Amino acid sequence: MNVMDTRTTSAMLYLDGVHVSFDGFHAINNLSLTLEPGEMRAIIGPNGAGKTTMMDIITGKTKPDEGTVLFDGVTDLTRLDETRIAELGIGRKFQKPTVFESQTVHDNLLLALNVDHSVRGTLFWRGSKAETERIDKVLETIRLTEARNRLAGSLSHGQKQWLEIGMLLAQDPKLLLVDEPVAGMTDIETHLTAELLKEINKTHTVMVVEHDMTFVRELGVKVTCLHEGTVLAEGTIDQVSSNERVIEVYLGR
Amino acid sequence: MTPHMLTRSLDRGATIFLAIVAACGILIPLSNLLLPAGSFLQVPTYLVALWGKYVCYAILALSIDLIWGYCGILSLGHGAFFALGGYAMGMYLMRQIGTRGVYGNPILPDFMVFLNWQELPWYWYGFDMFWFAALMVLVVPGLLAFCFGWLAFRSRVTGVYLSIITQAMTYALLLAFFRNDFGFGGNNGLTDFKDILGFNVQAEGTRAALFALSCLALIIGFLICRAIVSSKLGKVLIAVRDAESRTRFLGYRVESYKLFVFTVSACMAGVAGALYVPQVGIINPSEFAPGNSIEAVIWVAVGGRGTLVGAALGAVVVNYAKTFFTSGVLAPYWLFMLGALFILVTLLLPRGIVGTFNAWRDSAREKRTAAAAASAAAEDGMVQPKMAE
Repeated sequence: MNVMDTRTTSAMLYLDGVHVSFDGFHAINNLSLTLEPGEMRAIIGPNGAGKTTMMDIITGKTKPDEGTVLFDGVTDLTRLDETRIAELGIGRKFQKPTVFESQTVHDNLLLALNVDHSVRGTLFWRGSKAETERIDKVLETIRLTEARNRLAGSLSHGQKQWLEIGMLLAQDPKLLLVDEPVAGMTDIETHLTAELLKEINKTHTVMVVEHDMTFVRELGVKVTCLHEGTVLAEGTIDQVSSNERVIEVYLGR
Repeated sequence: MTPHMLTRSLDRGATIFLAIVAACGILIPLSNLLLPAGSFLQVPTYLVALWGKYVCYAILALSIDLIWGYCGILSLGHGAFFALGGYAMGMYLMRQIGTRGVYGNPILPDFMVFLNWQELPWYWYGFDMFWFAALMVLVVPGLLAFCFGWLAFRSRVTGVYLSIITQAMTYALLLAFFRNDFGFGGNNGLTDFKDILGFNVQAEGTRAALFALSCLALIIGFLICRAIVSSKLGKVLIAVRDAESRTRFLGYRVESYKLFVFTVSACMAGVAGALYVPQVGIINPSEFAPGNSIEAVIWVAVGGRGTLVGAALGAVVVNYAKTFFTSGVLAPYWLFMLGALFILVTLLLPRGIVGTFNAWRDSAREKRTAAAAASAAAEDGMVQPKMAE
């Protein structure tokens, strides 16, 4: 792990001049972005703007060609792999809900808990009261207490999205990356999800990628619009959505 | 194994399975030895040896199920670990022959004398001692699996690519063991064994004891597998099988988990091979044939992968069918039947015998609970609801 001598930034997440290209296609182009501790940020932008690639870079799935990615002011994420980054405290919810379908809701959360993840630790694991309490609390937060013993694969689409958010909570990371949490949700579910994220934001730094503008408006946080792998506009939802370029490339006239 | 792991790993199916294996392991040898030959209940010696072979196959199937059924690693080269365990045992048995060989050389096995070798190669040292051979039965397959797995899993070789390189591994070993100068008897392999730990390998008592030991090994192997899959590690394995990259993003080092089960599984396969060799009386390079490994995967598929009991059952059922059909007029068609069996199971019973049975039982249970809940709700309408216990 590459720890620098001094904190160079107060930001929880600091991206500077990041470039990634896949076979000549510039997915991320001189992207710079900072997230302060405790902040919630909404990321919008048209398809192919590089939103998911950016999350891939932060979580170690993709290595940038150049640029700086600092976590918590000191850790260079570009040199670490997915497991190490997850251990540091960055959790991710995928665009397509990815839960462990053949295991119960309870077991999904148990797997996500940020306890000993070593082979030996899990082999000789025996549940503790503290773990059970934490799982119960998460189940309550994501409104799945009734479904605790159901297989995750049998949940509705919206419930799977929540379960995945619940897994993030169980992981208790410092930074949550949430990719399209309300895709395919009903209006009520969307509203509840916004409430849930606001609740989570009280104790965590959150980055949300979402297309649903009603949802983004409801979150009421700073918005960054990406386009062709770089920041096009940043500000409140009203500022961003009245920006000429944003209207042109994303929102439409 | 700590007590909580043992109690957690024994559900009803597992207990029934263990009881049956234990009963066979005790009753079959007793019937063979104590009842008069030819009586109705007496199990003839040739059957004891044959079933002993099935039990070894069941252990091999169990080891494949542990990695394939629970962790999604489809090894098409597991026969290699089985054969390596077998060779380790075979080397011990060769050294036990001593001066009773055709050439009467007290140190060198016959094939070395035949090849005009003057002294024992260094890698044969120690195999005259049983404890050393027994250790090598675990260490050689385990070490190969560890090195192979370390390279493959760290490089994130998965799915069909991993299956292909495991296949290549067993094929490479097949070619190596075929060579005379490799020092393991070449084409003929190791055979003409005399005794094991001082007991004649041909004697009825030894055969019965080997059968009982094989059953014991199956029981121990099964308990180890159950303890692994019913621990939290088992949940991680299933998570890796179903969504590998998701598991990584939760902070699990997936390659360590794969390496762990792959090595455990290879050691189990080695033990199966070591018990197999004294019962069939020979080990030769054909045990490395890729077809053997594929056949073992078919046993698991037929029995039901991810069930453990099913893997063992599949090994016994398919091999019983193999013995039955290859000893009759249908013999030339056995491979076609095996192929057809695999296709039919894939199409009609994708979960295998035990997997299908479990699914059927679960859905029946669910219906019963639903019906009970419905009738309870109806009663609640008429009388005051009582507090549930």
